[in-house]
Amino acid sequence: MTALSVLTVALVLLPLFAIFAYLVYKGIGSINLAFLTQTPKPVGEPGGGMANAIAGSMVILGIASLLGVPLGIGAGIFLSEYGRNRYGDLVRFVSDVLNGVPSIVIGIVAYGLVVMRQKHFSALAGGVALAIMMIPTIARTTEQMLLLVPQAIREAAYGLGVSRWRTTLSITLRTATSGVITGVMLAFARVAGETAPLLFTAFGNQYWNWKPDQPTAALSLQIFTYAISPFDEWHKQAWAGALVLIVLIVGAVAAVRIAVKHGTLAGA
Amino acid sequence: MSNQALPRPRFSAPEPEQRPKAALKLETRATPLLHGKVSEVPDVCFGWAMRICGLAVVALLGLIVYQLVVGSQLSWHAFGWKFFWQSDWNPVEDQYGALPFIYGTVVSSLLALVIAVPLSIGVAVFITEMCPVGLRGILSFTTELLAAIPSVVYGLWAIFVLVPILREYVQPFLAKTLGWTTLFSGPPYGIGMLAAGVILAIMVIPIVSSIAREVLAVVPQHQREAVLALGATRWEMIRMGVLRNARAGIMGAIILGLGRALGETMAVTMVIGNRPEIAKSLFAPGYTMASVLANEFTEATGDLYLSALIEIGLALFFVTIVVNAMARLMVWSVTRGQPARGAA
Repeated sequence: MTALSVLTVALVLLPLFAIFAYLVYKGIGSINLAFLTQTPKPVGEPGGGMANAIAGSMVILGIASLLGVPLGIGAGIFLSEYGRNRYGDLVRFVSDVLNGVPSIVIGIVAYGLVVMRQKHFSALAGGVALAIMMIPTIARTTEQMLLLVPQAIREAAYGLGVSRWRTTLSITLRTATSGVITGVMLAFARVAGETAPLLFTAFGNQYWNWKPDQPTAALSLQIFTYAISPFDEWHKQAWAGALVLIVLIVGAVAAVRIAVKHGTLAGA
Repeated sequence: MSNQALPRPRFSAPEPEQRPKAALKLETRATPLLHGKVSEVPDVCFGWAMRICGLAVVALLGLIVYQLVVGSQLSWHAFGWKFFWQSDWNPVEDQYGALPFIYGTVVSSLLALVIAVPLSIGVAVFITEMCPVGLRGILSFTTELLAAIPSVVYGLWAIFVLVPILREYVQPFLAKTLGWTTLFSGPPYGIGMLAAGVILAIMVIPIVSSIAREVLAVVPQHQREAVLALGATRWEMIRMGVLRNARAGIMGAIILGLGRALGETMAVTMVIGNRPEIAKSLFAPGYTMASVLANEFTEATGDLYLSALIEIGLALFFVTIVVNAMARLMVWSVTRGQPARGAA
């Protein structure tokens, strides 16, 4: 029976290693300078890259973070500092429900909210969709982190005559900074690879675009399009794109973590 | 004497009167530290701003429901409940029935669970009950790493690695040994319901096993000791002392995995074959609710077409919410409110 258990572990770990090994093996072979600096070329022409998609992903994620992070942290502060009651329980339940909503459904909502009004696809719509996905995750982790801050620290601040809002922002939130940022990065990593909600919001684009109200390429979208295409050249680029996507996600998370530990963001 | 004794109480009496004065002085002295006068206005404003943020979360859910319900009105009035029982999906003649997609979603998710559940419980049992402590951290880290891979990357891997393996080795083997069940018959394309089930299983395992692990970890140690004291072997101890005590929580973990599998879009879309048909064989291509949205939403030309797609989204939304709520209650009943990991 022990052997059976070990066997299940091996069976589970096998695909993990297979995915990583393939990703690195296939990806490294296809990454070159052109991939990182050029826009896609038409089928048949060699070369070309996903530079516009990498930039587009960053624009969309930037918009999503700008919208989602403040709202999520605000909701987290509400839950831990003002929400120890029935209203808090309602918000808590609703954010758990939102966490389980399939991402493609969020895409439909962003389509109705932004695309239908603007009459065309845009980076903004993609950002809104991803922001909706970030908010519940950030709210719940922020709440948990703020609850870890001892009550005595808040009381010490009140005892010095510091007002409540100032205590919450400069004492409680600051003490929990590193935990809150970890939660934000988790939410960020979760949405960074999302494809489904971008299909009919950001839509994708073959060219450079920096305007937030125009269709924008995204790395994950580009991987999807290239992977289901029948061309070998595009398959290679899809692998390269997948490797770049994972490196970017892991890199962003690691960079923020290091900054929290040693750098300027270090909390109290 | 009495005259001299009287002033004493008077002498001590003013002290309480002086105290408030001293306190007041302290406060006035402290104000410069607080950068000005203490006013209640910013406090009240901040409180309401945070309440609005909290309310925004509830409003978001309302907005999602509103968008989906309004968007699907047209299709609802045209087809009613029949929409969910008709298997005819014909955009050219404006005939829409969601049954093939519902069937595909249910079958691929159940298939994923059939593969994933024994494996995840095995991993959870191994990590909590028999794993050397040093290996434990590494194992839980790697299983959680699987959860961090974007689903489009799973899909990419499935197309180029999993599907050829299924086509060349697994499907011919299954057809030869289990072909008589008619579940495994027909040409082995590789792409199809089976591939979707396998890739979903790989994606669901990290979620189910990490929650099952948390649930197993809170089973009291004395339960294990009691069963061992009765002369049980280690395996009997795990079966009777651990798994039986944690069964509600494990059930919850499985249902949370189901919730994830039902809503999964990209990886499934890439390997399921995308053909709106109800086929008995697992080798045949199928279609799921999420993948029809992914493939056809941007191409939906007519209003009714778009509305029918949004109605599929609404159905998917309600099913996942019910499934997730059920799962959370079950996990909660075992861990007693200790936060269970989200479906993220």
